Amino acid sequence: MKKVFTKTPVLKPVPFHYCPGCGHSIAHRLVAEVIDEMGMRGKAIGIPPAGCAVLAYNYFDIDMGEAPHGRGTAVATGIKRVLPDRLVFSYQGDGDVAAIGTAETFHSANRGECITCIFINNGVYGMTGGQMAPTTMVGQPTTTSPGGRDPKFHGHTLKFTEILAQLPGTAYAVRTAVHKPAAIRKAKAAIRKAFEVQMAGLGFSVVEILSPCPTNWKMTPVQAIKWIDKQVTKEFPIGVFKDLSAEKSHAD
Amino acid sequence: MKGKIVIDSALCKGCGLCIEACPNKLLELGEELNEKGYHFAVFLEERDGKGCVGCTLCAITCPEVAIEVYREEG
Repeated sequence: MKKVFTKTPVLKPVPFHYCPGCGHSIAHRLVAEVIDEMGMRGKAIGIPPAGCAVLAYNYFDIDMGEAPHGRGTAVATGIKRVLPDRLVFSYQGDGDVAAIGTAETFHSANRGECITCIFINNGVYGMTGGQMAPTTMVGQPTTTSPGGRDPKFHGHTLKFTEILAQLPGTAYAVRTAVHKPAAIRKAKAAIRKAFEVQMAGLGFSVVEILSPCPTNWKMTPVQAIKWIDKQVTKEFPIGVFKDLSAEKSHAD
Repeated sequence: MKGKIVIDSALCKGCGLCIEACPNKLLELGEELNEKGYHFAVFLEERDGKGCVGCTLCAITCPEVAIEVYREEG
């Protein structure tokens, strides 16, 4: 029999530290497989976040940096400007991208930096104990909104990828998910597209990935993926919000 | 059997997502515990007359990348 699926060599042969059913390691695999398939292993540089994925550099067998909380796209900007032939991506969570790092992410996109932001959205601050994030859904209980998020008190759910899509420097903005095989395949295709947009010099690219956090959602892994399917994708619709490469090829 | 899978039981955390993904219900959590203390997933060669087709859906879903998939050629 022929081996048709195995771990990509861009991921080190070490176990992940994530909780059972976490979406982070699925996203790690997709990014690593795309880097491998594009032949960019020697030219890829990743910037992990603060949060559960802070140790991502233990898993990717490529050059990795580290950024203070929220500053992933700012650090990626510096690296890409000095080494423009490299594939540079930040890997960040929702609190990182859309709360403490709002300014950095927003302005990196607006400047049209040719970097990619892999934006993991699980609706909570995972590592610190499941506190409410900007992306927490209305009514969703967290440790800091135990009665559920109330927009009058906590503010509204922030859909950051839609906002980034409106900026002229953003070339590609998409929301995907990793809760079932079909969605995982589409997420991988979106990461590939984002990296190609970056290397074509079209501008900023962001791939939001809806990701399960069973531990902080107080669910089993299977309940968590069903919650994404039934609830989260209603609030955060999956889809492409901007694709300048499509417009460019259409004009050609 | 057109396909088969090999599960690295030491990596498995028993999340059960592969069990949800398998179209022929060929995965289940076993009785044994691994070193981490999880009931790891085990592969059944056949259930209700159906075997593995090597579709890779379990491996695509596995957060631990603990599953290798083999398929008959041709």
